[in-house]
Amino acid sequence: MTEGPTRRRVTVTGPPRSARTVRQRAAGREIDEQTALGEAYMRSLLRTQLRLAIAVLALVVLPLALLPATFALWPALGSLMVGPIPLPWLLLGLVVYPVTVLVGWRYVRQAERNEREFERIVGPPR
Amino acid sequence: MTSGAGTALLAIVLSVAAALLIGAFGTRLSRTTSDFYVASRSVSPWMNASAIGGEYLSAASFLGVAGLVMAFGVDMLWFPIGYTVGYLLLLVLVAAPLRRSGAYTVPDFAEGRLESRPVRRVATTFVVLIGWLYLVPQMVGAGLTLRTVLGVPTWVGVLAVGLVVLAAVAGGGMRSITLVQAFQYWLKLVAIVAPAFFVLAAWQADGAPPVLTETPPVFAERTSVAVGTDVVLQVDQPVRVRADGVVDGEEVSGGLRLGTGSHQVAAGTELVFPAGAPVPHAEPLPTLTGQAWAQPLGGGLEHPLYRTYALMLALFFGTMGLPHVLVRFYTNPDGRAARRTTLAVLGLVGVFYLAPPVYAALGRVYTPELLITGRTDAVVLTLPGAVVGGLGGQVLSAVVAAGAFAAFLSTSSGLTISVAGVLSQDVLGRRMRSPVGAFRAATTVAVAVPVLVTLSGQSLPVANLVGLAFAVAASSFCPLLLLGIWWSRLTAAGAVAGLLVGGGLSMAAVLITLLAGPLPGWAGALLAQPAAWTMPAAVVTMVVGSLLTSRQVPTGVTRIMVRLHTPESLDLDRGANLTRGGQWP
Repeated sequence: MTEGPTRRRVTVTGPPRSARTVRQRAAGREIDEQTALGEAYMRSLLRTQLRLAIAVLALVVLPLALLPATFALWPALGSLMVGPIPLPWLLLGLVVYPVTVLVGWRYVRQAERNEREFERIVGPPR
Repeated sequence: MTSGAGTALLAIVLSVAAALLIGAFGTRLSRTTSDFYVASRSVSPWMNASAIGGEYLSAASFLGVAGLVMAFGVDMLWFPIGYTVGYLLLLVLVAAPLRRSGAYTVPDFAEGRLESRPVRRVATTFVVLIGWLYLVPQMVGAGLTLRTVLGVPTWVGVLAVGLVVLAAVAGGGMRSITLVQAFQYWLKLVAIVAPAFFVLAAWQADGAPPVLTETPPVFAERTSVAVGTDVVLQVDQPVRVRADGVVDGEEVSGGLRLGTGSHQVAAGTELVFPAGAPVPHAEPLPTLTGQAWAQPLGGGLEHPLYRTYALMLALFFGTMGLPHVLVRFYTNPDGRAARRTTLAVLGLVGVFYLAPPVYAALGRVYTPELLITGRTDAVVLTLPGAVVGGLGGQVLSAVVAAGAFAAFLSTSSGLTISVAGVLSQDVLGRRMRSPVGAFRAATTVAVAVPVLVTLSGQSLPVANLVGLAFAVAASSFCPLLLLGIWWSRLTAAGAVAGLLVGGGLSMAAVLITLLAGPLPGWAGALLAQPAAWTMPAAVVTMVVGSLLTSRQVPTGVTRIMVRLHTPESLDLDRGANLTRGGQWP
């Protein structure tokens, strides 16, 4: 118990690092060697990213796609005025752009997060 | 030549000279063949995004959007929305994987991903066809611009842009230099936004005459209209005009009563309308009250709901398939940078599109005579001069003219490089010894064809032509990229079949629309906006074709999927770049 600090350093930093490296190298090799496990890693990455992409599309493209039908069903909405500007002009000429950029920004953040998660599982950065 | 025309010519020459100088300067900085790619790795996503925006915002955006909205109303705002949301789809579905693929062009991607030469050849054909389809409206816009601001015949502008692009691309001065394209974006943004502010201020100072009128547009004052091409005028209320030229086949010089109905007016005729007279519209433009014009689905076209949805589909999914858009993605250092760049492009493009509706709305108040000649595409060019008088108006007109020219030049150069690139690599390269000679010959062909088509063809609205190019891209390259990136069971046979079915059908629809003119009824709507049926046809053919030939799934597909989707920082075996050894000229 007299050499407490030294012993603590060994037990805390040593074993976990080597254990992790072994596991990570293994995950990367599974992918390189195209084993069933490696393909499962890849499938999960693709599925996560594709699901994110579809969520983004649902958020922007779906409401946009509903607009023409909405205006066709309720023509009164088409002549509704918001201040000096008719509602369709406000939505289609102005609002749509910041919303698109905002959703794109959230997408980029989440897509990078997904990739970092994948990196954490598969291996350390070079 | 009037002093206004002189100012405009000076502005156009200055903007072209600035672009060429920046290009020459950039070439001196990095002379190696790979300057495009290597140099760009040191530029920020914002610089890259400006360059992409510079190349992307074409005549259709600069002139066409405002022109279509002025003529047909709020439904036409789907054009700029489509051009922008198309980039969002590109961002979430293809940006990062495409950059990681290492492919420079769609044919490179197709061949590398599917390990097949035939699919490359088909893809090459469509790069050339889509490129030409997109180049024609640029030339049309150039002819219109020079005619509007300088009063010269249309063919002068067409030849001028053709020659400048030929010189710039073949000479290498403007070749793929990120800096030039970035400069062009900011020039275009200032050239459309700044005059819009002045026009709005002048409209306010004028007591803000209403846009949403209960009657169709009327002439605010006595207006003289020079008819540049033969038109058929639709007159709703009889009007007495002074005419000088040929109306309904008869020579007239002096007073003339135009009765209700349609009247043929020959090119070169001058008509003078009294103040307060309703504006006759050139066929096929609909005569709309201000209120009907502002209403969705009120643009006077048949089957507006179908047309709107088909247009959305074409633009949303067509962007990713445009040849000059794809090539730019290689300028990003990695997949993550490609995403960030695309996001910045979304912002830059979105800001630009806030301006065209201003021109469209005030154009109906101040320049309704454009509805007589039918060339509402010119509204961005004519409105500032018409609203802001004197020297200020001249300067603003010169600024928009310079911006319009920047739009033709940057987009045409980008398209020409893409078309000439695949032509020289896949068609001429094998027959000619020197790669530089092949590239120059290919550039000449790439420019000459759209110039000749433009000079011989009839005039269609600029944004409509571009819409057709998007429809073909959405029905050919979009399914190829989407399935190629996200579906590992795609086969070469399925891809070729899908490209031929989707691309072939949409191309046929485009040709019928261009040659036979707008047709009535459902046939006309289906042919004018083909993407709604040709794109699903392409997807279904690719999927079914691939499932039927499932034994021919490329052997290296697993490795390629690793290359497309994993971050570059991971030390994984991802095979080679999907490109043929960087043979890009």
